[in-house]
Amino acid sequence: MEVFMAKYGEIALKGNNKRLFEERMVRNIKHRLSGLGDFKYSRAQSTLYITPKSETADFNEIERRLLTVFGIGAVQRSLALPKNYEEIVRLGVPYLEKALANAKTFKVEAKRADKTFPMNSMELMREFGGEIWEAYQKKQKPLEVDLHNPDVVVYLEIRDTHAYLCPNKLQGAGGIPVGASGRALVLLSGGIDSPVAAYMMAKRGMTLDMLHFQSPPYTSERALMKVESLCEKLAEYCGEINLYCVNLTEAQEDIRDNAPEEYMTVLLRRVMMKIAAKLSAKNYCSAIITGESVGQVASQTPAAIICTDDASPLPVYRPVIGMDKIEITAIARKIGTFDISTLPYEDCCTVFTPRRPKLKPFLSDIKKLEERLNADLIENFMEKTTIKAF
Amino acid sequence: MIYFDNAASTRPCRAAVEALNRALTDNYSNPSSLHKGGIEAEKIINAAKKTILSKLPAGGDLVFTSGGTESNNLALFGLKAPKNEKQRKIITTAIEHPSVAEPIAEIERFGFTGSSSVSVLRLSPTKNQSLEDRIIEALDQDVHLISVMAVNNETGFIIDTVKLYEAVKSRVPNCIVHIDAAQGFMKVPVNGDLISISAHKIHGIKGIGGLFVRDGIQKRLNPRIRGGGQQGGLRSGTEPTALIASFGAAVENFTYNHPHFTELSEHLAKLLENFDGVNYRLNSRAGSESLPHIVNFSVNGVKSEILLHYFAENDILISSGSACARNKKSRTLLDFGVTEKDADSALRLSFSAENTIDEIEIFAEILKAGINRFKR
Repeated sequence: MEVFMAKYGEIALKGNNKRLFEERMVRNIKHRLSGLGDFKYSRAQSTLYITPKSETADFNEIERRLLTVFGIGAVQRSLALPKNYEEIVRLGVPYLEKALANAKTFKVEAKRADKTFPMNSMELMREFGGEIWEAYQKKQKPLEVDLHNPDVVVYLEIRDTHAYLCPNKLQGAGGIPVGASGRALVLLSGGIDSPVAAYMMAKRGMTLDMLHFQSPPYTSERALMKVESLCEKLAEYCGEINLYCVNLTEAQEDIRDNAPEEYMTVLLRRVMMKIAAKLSAKNYCSAIITGESVGQVASQTPAAIICTDDASPLPVYRPVIGMDKIEITAIARKIGTFDISTLPYEDCCTVFTPRRPKLKPFLSDIKKLEERLNADLIENFMEKTTIKAF
Repeated sequence: MIYFDNAASTRPCRAAVEALNRALTDNYSNPSSLHKGGIEAEKIINAAKKTILSKLPAGGDLVFTSGGTESNNLALFGLKAPKNEKQRKIITTAIEHPSVAEPIAEIERFGFTGSSSVSVLRLSPTKNQSLEDRIIEALDQDVHLISVMAVNNETGFIIDTVKLYEAVKSRVPNCIVHIDAAQGFMKVPVNGDLISISAHKIHGIKGIGGLFVRDGIQKRLNPRIRGGGQQGGLRSGTEPTALIASFGAAVENFTYNHPHFTELSEHLAKLLENFDGVNYRLNSRAGSESLPHIVNFSVNGVKSEILLHYFAENDILISSGSACARNKKSRTLLDFGVTEKDADSALRLSFSAENTIDEIEIFAEILKAGINRFKR
C-alpha cells in the first residue's frame, strides 16, 4: 500500500501550540487535495500520513499539490510494509525497480524509530543495501553503492505501525501553514515582484487578500485578466484568495491635473496606501504587503518609502525589500508566476509616468500638495470596487 | 455596438453560418469515404471550391488550409529550392504581415530546403514611385521568389499584383510570385503563381483559408503537413466540409462596395479636418493607391491604446495598427514614413458594408470628447 508521508517543517519545533499549527496544516491539505478522491489522515511523530483510499488515485497530482502546502518540510511517497525484515525485502526490492531504472549508484538510509525492531539502523542499511545490490547483480544490471554522491537515496524508516520505504524524498514548501498568522492585504500590480511578496508572506502563515488597481481606459481589461491568472496561480500556495479591484482612474486624473508631474508617482502610491488601509480595516487585516525593493524605481527610494509608509496606519511588510531582480525572478519562476507577470499589459503604475520623477520627496511638501486633491475619491473608493474569489 | 475592426475580422454573413450549420448537421461523413455520405461531402467541397476559384485567376487549383497564415507558410516554406544554384534571391516588401515576414526571415537564415544561402531584398514604399515598379526594377535572373501582399492590413495600401505578375513573367518566367491576398481577395484584382486567401476577412468563418496554386506550380511545392495525401498530397488531413462550404457561401455573398467605403472614409476625413486643435494625420495614402475601407490616422499626443480602450468603453471597437501584431510595435507605419511618435498614436478603422455615415458621426463626436480628456 502506498502512502504519502508529509513531514513537518518548522512546526515540528513548536511548543505547546504545535497542535494549532498541525490542525491548520491538515485543514489546508484537505482543501488542496479536494477533488482527488478520499483519503485517510493520521498523525504520528511529526509526520502526517495521507493514505489515498483508492488505488487508482492520481498519485503524481497528489504529490504535486502536497509540495505547495506550507508547513510541510518534506514529502515522501512511500510503500508501507509490515515490520518484518523478510517481508521488507520481498516486497520492497521490486518496489524500487522503477526508481532505480536509470540509476548507476544508490545508498540506503535507514531510521529505526521503533527501538523494539530487532535490527538497528546501521544493520538495516547494510543488509537491505546488500539485498538490493544482489538483486541487481542477478539481473546483470550494474548498480553500485555510493555513500557520498549516489544517484538515488532509498529511505527506509521503521516506525510504530509500519516500515516505510521511499526512493524519492522531496523537499516541501516549508514555512508555516497559511492561516496560522492572521490576515494581510497585498497590493498586487501584475508585475514580477508583488506575487513573490505575496508568496513569501503566505509562507509565513498569512491569509491573503489581494488589492489591484485599474485605470480604464488607460489600462486594458487584459491587465485585469492577467492579475486574475496570478491569483489563480497564487491560490495554489495561499489557499482561498479574495481579489479586490479598485478603479483608480479619477484619482489618477485628479493628481495629473492638480499636482506637479514629478510628484505624480509618490502621490499615487499614497492614494493606494490609504485605500489599502481602509480596506484592511474593513477586512480585519493586520498588515499591508507590497513587492517594493529599495532603489528599484523612483517610488522605491528610501525617501519615497518614508512618504508612502506615512500614508498607512498599518505596518507595511516588504519581504523582497533587500532582494535584487535576479533573486526575485528566481522565486517567480519557481512558483510559476513569472510567465504570467511578463505578459505585456500596462498596469496603472505605468500610466502617466513622469519624465523625471522626484527621487527624494519631502513628506511636508507632499502633504501640502495633497491638500489640492479631492479626498472624496479615496473616501468613496468602495463604490468603484469589485470582488472576486479564487 | 459599432464595429470598425473589419480588417481584423468580419462578422460572418448569414449565408456562411447557414452553410456551416447545414453541412455540420447533414454532411458529417469523411469526404474521402467511399460511401455515398463521403461522395456527398466531396461534392459540397467541389462546389465551394469552384465558387472560390471563379474569383481567382484562371488555370489553377485551390488547396484549403486553416487560414491565411498557414497558406503563407505553405507557399514560402513549401517552395522547393531552385534548380539553378545562382537563383537564390528573394524580393519582398518591408510592410508584409508577420506570417510572410517571419517565414522569409527563417529562409534567410537557413536557405530554401536543400540550398545553402539566400539573399533577401526588402523594399519600402516611397513617395515618387509605386512599390510594384520598384520591385520590377529590382528584378533580375537570380530572383527565385517574389512575395508581396496585395493589400496592406494596417493602411489599406495596394500593390498592383496584376501589373507586377505580367512584368515578372515576361522577364524571368521561372521566378515564383507569391501574393498574400488575405486582405486583398475580392477587394482588388489579384494575380500570382501562389495566392493566399482567408475566409474571415470577407464575412466567412475563422479557421478556413486557401492557397491558390497555378497549374504547373504544384510540383515545385513540398507539402508541410503530410499524412493521408488529401488535396493532391499538398495538405493532408480530412477536409473540413462545413468550413469549406461556408467559405464558398461567403464568397458568393461578398461584394466590395468601393463607393460606400469612399463615402465613409471621406466623411471621416472631413470631420477630422474640422476639429479644433487636433493634429491628425492620415497614414493611409503614401505614394500609391489604397483601399477606402481601411483608414489609419494618428491623433497627436494621445497613445493609441488609451483611445482604443476608451472607444471600447463607448461600445466602439477599433484597432491600433494590426491586430495580429498585438503588443508589438508595428514597423509597417514607420516604413510608410510615419514618425515614431505618430505611430504610437495611430488608430486603424476598417469598415464593412454594414457601417453607416451615422456611425462615423458618433465616432467623431466621441473622439472629440476623448481628445479633450486625454490630451496632456
